[in-house]
Amino acid sequence: MSKTKYILGLFADPDEMMHGIDKLQQNSIPIYDVYTPMPIHGIDHKLGLKDSRLGYAAFMFGCLGGSTIFSMAYYMLVRDWPMDIGGKPSFAIPDFVPITFEWTVLFTAFGMVATFFYATHLFPGRAPRVMELRATDDRFVIAIDAKGNVPHEDITKILKDAGAVEVKHNDRKYVSYE
Amino acid sequence: MSSHSESIIREPLITGKDITYAQITNDVLRPVENMPGRAWWIGFVVACLGACLWLFAVSWTFWYGIGSWGLNKTVGWAWDITGFVWWVGIGHAGTLISAILLLFRQNWRNSINRSAEAMTIFAVICAASYIVCHMGRPWMFIYSLPLPNQYGSLWVNFNSPLIWDVFAISTYFSVSLVFWYTGLLPDLATIRDRAAGLRRRIYSVLSFGWTGSVKTWQRFETVCLILAGISTPLVLSVHTIVSMDFATSLEPGWHTTIFPPYFVAGAIFSGFAMVQTLLLVTRKVLGLENYITMFHIEAMNKIILLTGSIVGVAYITEFFIAYYSGGEYERYTFLNRFIGPYWWAGCMMYGCNVLMTQLMWFKKIRTNIPISWVLSIVVNIGMWFERFVIIVTSLHRDFVPSSWAMFYPTWVDVSIFIGSIGLFFTLFLLFIRVLPSIAMAEVKLILKSSSEQAKKKLMEHEQLNEEQVEYYKESLTKFDSIEAVG
Repeated sequence: MSKTKYILGLFADPDEMMHGIDKLQQNSIPIYDVYTPMPIHGIDHKLGLKDSRLGYAAFMFGCLGGSTIFSMAYYMLVRDWPMDIGGKPSFAIPDFVPITFEWTVLFTAFGMVATFFYATHLFPGRAPRVMELRATDDRFVIAIDAKGNVPHEDITKILKDAGAVEVKHNDRKYVSYE
Repeated sequence: MSSHSESIIREPLITGKDITYAQITNDVLRPVENMPGRAWWIGFVVACLGACLWLFAVSWTFWYGIGSWGLNKTVGWAWDITGFVWWVGIGHAGTLISAILLLFRQNWRNSINRSAEAMTIFAVICAASYIVCHMGRPWMFIYSLPLPNQYGSLWVNFNSPLIWDVFAISTYFSVSLVFWYTGLLPDLATIRDRAAGLRRRIYSVLSFGWTGSVKTWQRFETVCLILAGISTPLVLSVHTIVSMDFATSLEPGWHTTIFPPYFVAGAIFSGFAMVQTLLLVTRKVLGLENYITMFHIEAMNKIILLTGSIVGVAYITEFFIAYYSGGEYERYTFLNRFIGPYWWAGCMMYGCNVLMTQLMWFKKIRTNIPISWVLSIVVNIGMWFERFVIIVTSLHRDFVPSSWAMFYPTWVDVSIFIGSIGLFFTLFLLFIRVLPSIAMAEVKLILKSSSEQAKKKLMEHEQLNEEQVEYYKESLTKFDSIEAVG
C-alpha cells in the first residue's frame, strides 16, 4: 500500500489550474482544497462553497456599536447628569450623530475582522498548516486526498494533462511542521 | 477573471519584459530579505536623529509644561494644532487609495496601497502625539474618554466637537490599522514560507497561520470589501469632524459652513503629495520602477491637480462670502491674511497650494519625476501654511485690539515639528525594511490582465484596432521603465 497521503498538483498559471479543477471534477475526483498566492475569483463556486456570511456579522456588529454609544450618550447626558446649556434640550440628537457613526464603524470593523479570524482559525502564533511552500509565492496548488481515491497514476495524469508543472505525492499532510 | 484581457488603450500597470509571479515576489521582497543599502542607512540615521529630537522636545514639554511653547493668551493654538491637522490630513490619502479606489475598482491602487496605508498609520501617530502634548499633563487623557470617575461621574460632553474628534481619530487609527494588517497577512505568509530559522518563526507568528486556501481568500475578499465600504465614509467623517473643531466656534475665519468639504479636499490633496514624495524616492531606491510606473505617478499628479483646484475654489468662496457677509470682523480677518503681519504665510498658502499645482495641467510636468517631487514638497509646505493661516492668523487679531498679539515659536515648538517628521520617516523606513512595501498578492492579481507583456501578447495574437494600438504605443513613450518601443 502506498504511503501517499495527499496528491498536489502545482500549476504555474491560474487559468490552467481552473482547467485542472474542471478536469478533476469531470472524473469525479474530490478536491480537498486549493491554495493560491492570490484570490482567484470563481473557484469558490466551482468547489461548491457557499458565499461568505461575514456581511451579516458586520451588519450586526455595526448595529451593536451604534446603539451602544447612543444609549451611553443618552444615559450620561440626559438621565444621569443633564446640563443646562443655554436652555437647550439635553437630548440633542444631532450632536450624537458623529459619535454614533464612529462607533458603528469601529464595531463593524473589529467585530467583522474578529469573526473572520475566528471562523478561519487565524491568530498570532498559530502553526501554519502549509501543504506546499510555494503556494504563497508562484504556485497554484490543487490538493487531493489520496486515501480511497482512484489510482494515483490516473490523478497524476489528469493533472499533468491539465497543465500542472509538477505533481507531488506527499506522505504527510503539512510540510510546514518540523 | 484572471484570463480576462483588458482593452489595449489602457496603459500597462506593470512594466518589464518577463515579470512572472515569482519575479514579483523576488522584486518586492528584495529589501526585506537582504541587508539594506547605503541609501537606506543614511536615511535611517538622519530620521532617527529627528526622532530623538522629537523625544527630547516632547519630554521637555511634559516636564516643564506647555509654557515652554510660544503660546500666549491670544494665540492659544499654534504649531501644535497646525501640526496635528497637517498630519491627520496627510494620513487621508492612504485610506483614499486603499478604500475609495478599491470601491471604484481602480486597479492602479494595487501597487501603492500598502505603503500609502502604512503612511496613514504613521501620520496619525504623529498627529495624535500633538494632541497628547497639548494636554500638557498627558495622563489627563483619561478624562476625554466616557468612563466613570470620582466627580459624580462627570461625563464627557458629547455636544463638543473636540470629543467627537477623540472618537473620530481613535476609530480612524484603529480601523486603518486593522485594514492594513489584514491586508498584510497573505504577504507575511509569503515571507514566512521563503524564510528559515528565527525569521521564519517571527513571520510565522505575524502571519496568523495564513495558508491561502479557497475559503480563506473568499472571506478575505469579503472582509476587504466591507472594510473599504466603511472606511470610505469614515475617512470623510474624520476631517469633517476636525474641521468642526474650528467651524463650530464663533471665531471669524473659522466660523464657516464650507469647512468640512474644504478640509477633506485639502486633506486628500496633502496626503497624495506626501505619497508622491515618499514613493518617488522609494521606487528608485528599492528598484520598484516596474510596479510603481509613470502611470501611477501621473494618476497621482492628476488627483493632486483636481484636489488642489477644489481647494482653490474653496479659498475663493471663502473670500467672496467674507465680503458678501457684510460682517466687519469677518471681512477684516480675510483682508488681514494679505495685509496683516502674517502676509507672508498667506502668500505661501495661496501660492503653493493654488498657483504651483496649476502647473500640473501640463503633461510634461506631470510626467517629469524631479519636478513632480519638488511640487509634492511644495504642496506639503503650502498645506502646512494653510493650517497655520487658518489657526494663527485668525486668532492673533481678535475682537479687542488691545489683546492683539503675534506668535513666536520657541525651540521646543520647532523641535517637536521637525522631530515629528523624523519620527514619521523612522517608522516608514523601518516599514520598508521589514514588511513588503507593495501588496504582492494584489499586484499578482493584475499581472495577467494589465501588464506590459500581457498587452504585448494581446497585440501579437488578437485582431486589434490599428488606431488603438498606435495610441497605446504612443502612451508608452512617457514611461521611464520602458526603454524603446518597437
